[in-house]
Amino acid sequence: MSDLAIKASGLRKSYGGLEAVRGIDLEVRMGEVFAFLGPNGAGKTTTTEILEGYRTASAGEVRVLGVDPSGPTREWRERIGIVLQQCRMIPELTVTETLELYAGYYSRPRDVASTVELVGLGDKAHTRASRLSGGQQRRLDVGVALIGDPDLLFLDEPTTGFDPNARRQFWDVIKSLGDLGKTVFLTTHYMEEAQVLADRVAVIAAGEIVAVGTPDELGDREQRPAVITFRLPAGVDPSSVPSGVGASADGSGSLRCSTADPVRVLNELTRWALDNGVELEALECRRPSLEDVYLELTRTPEEAVS
Amino acid sequence: MNGVALAFHQFRYEQKQFWRNPASVFFTVTLPVLFLLIFNLIFGNEDIEELGLTTSTYYVPAIVSLGVISACMQSLAISLTVDRESGILKRGRGTPLPNWVFFAGRVGNAVVVSALMVVLVSALGALIWGVEIPWDKAPAVLVTLFVGAAAFCCLGVALTALIPSEDAAAPITNFAVLPLYFLSGVFIPETEIPDGVLSVADAFPVRHFFLAFFEAYDPNAAGAGFEWGHLAVVAGWGALGFLLALRYFRWTPRAL
Repeated sequence: MSDLAIKASGLRKSYGGLEAVRGIDLEVRMGEVFAFLGPNGAGKTTTTEILEGYRTASAGEVRVLGVDPSGPTREWRERIGIVLQQCRMIPELTVTETLELYAGYYSRPRDVASTVELVGLGDKAHTRASRLSGGQQRRLDVGVALIGDPDLLFLDEPTTGFDPNARRQFWDVIKSLGDLGKTVFLTTHYMEEAQVLADRVAVIAAGEIVAVGTPDELGDREQRPAVITFRLPAGVDPSSVPSGVGASADGSGSLRCSTADPVRVLNELTRWALDNGVELEALECRRPSLEDVYLELTRTPEEAVS
Repeated sequence: MNGVALAFHQFRYEQKQFWRNPASVFFTVTLPVLFLLIFNLIFGNEDIEELGLTTSTYYVPAIVSLGVISACMQSLAISLTVDRESGILKRGRGTPLPNWVFFAGRVGNAVVVSALMVVLVSALGALIWGVEIPWDKAPAVLVTLFVGAAAFCCLGVALTALIPSEDAAAPITNFAVLPLYFLSGVFIPETEIPDGVLSVADAFPVRHFFLAFFEAYDPNAAGAGFEWGHLAVVAGWGALGFLLALRYFRWTPRAL
């Protein structure tokens, strides 16, 4: 038994003449939360649906829990849970009834009542799905995916359209899945979501994997320079800032500098400010965020030129 | 759960969904009963001399056929389309639930609702207008019910292939059957309909299904009430629907 939940090599998928997925390699370890990022049309949903057994690859080798998903068996389906990108709940059934219905499909389902609690719908157990909010419906959707007690859970853009509170509640649910030892394959548009939830991240752009790593190390994020920005009060000459800071105007009235050694630069800058009684407005020092790295990785060639 | 137990499990939840959905209850149960009451109110308890029976006796098998077609073909086509477009069918495909079990549950629901409509319409006919319940021809009624229910379920599943979106489901299913109810003598006694029109209706299953029920409910008809010729036409349409459904039914949303 391999310790890989998902292994794909040379995975390709063409529709007519168009190649949506161009030979990708993926490895997802058992028990990890793996985030799969990419812009719309990059091949994200196609790849996910191949792994889920909804589509078949044009070429390449795919193993999901050790099985080729192109011929899904009932035994394999028992071990997989899926939250689709778009799926309504059955409006006429209550939360509990919905989970009871799906529990019947599995040979060793989870307990319904504890699953209701797990997805945070304890006080809605006897409410019909049609009366749940969008976020609550999505949590019920996760409950349905979990009811068979799967080893591997696919979540395809699970929080799209959520308000920030609902998103945070949802994250708590996903974090508790990690504690249960489930492997989670998550696609998302939200970098913050990947940052909070994922052990590892892969970025797909134009049908190819452009980066894989932990959220912190993705795209060599830790090695990239930090950016310091600040504004000077009116009347302070920008050229009076010590040259060691290396600040230059960024065009919006602020000064900015990019440095691999932010501690030394900040020290020099703030000592000069204190010594001269200059107030540094809106002083900020930031590392490139996952989103900065992501935007750079997924930039199309046309965007890169402009 | 083994397949049969699982099909029954699915059926139980199909029943909950059906009875809790106001649209499915109205169109499948309430509307046929309304038709029965209204047609009898308008045409009264007059005799149809050519057939030697009262209008109410005529309308009981007519509305029974309508009830079965509504529960099987229309209700099934609409519910499958709604579930396809909302992703519910796709999600079901991602579970261990075998396809045949899903269909057994949903078709089972349609057949049970159909049987209920036969009982309800026959009972109302007997209670309000004294229309005789054909106890002696019960086997013919049952056979007609099951052949028709099976055929119209197949046609309903096949019809979903022509329905591109949720919004189109009700108009398309009504377009498929409503004209045939008029042409086939279900809404208007066939003695009022020109022969040319009836021969057009003869090409389609609605009229044959109605005539098979009519034979069983007609107090003047001798024999056991079986109309094998009409049932064969209905079954033939059902077989065609079955093949088309196998070929064209899809589980994933179309309107994306």
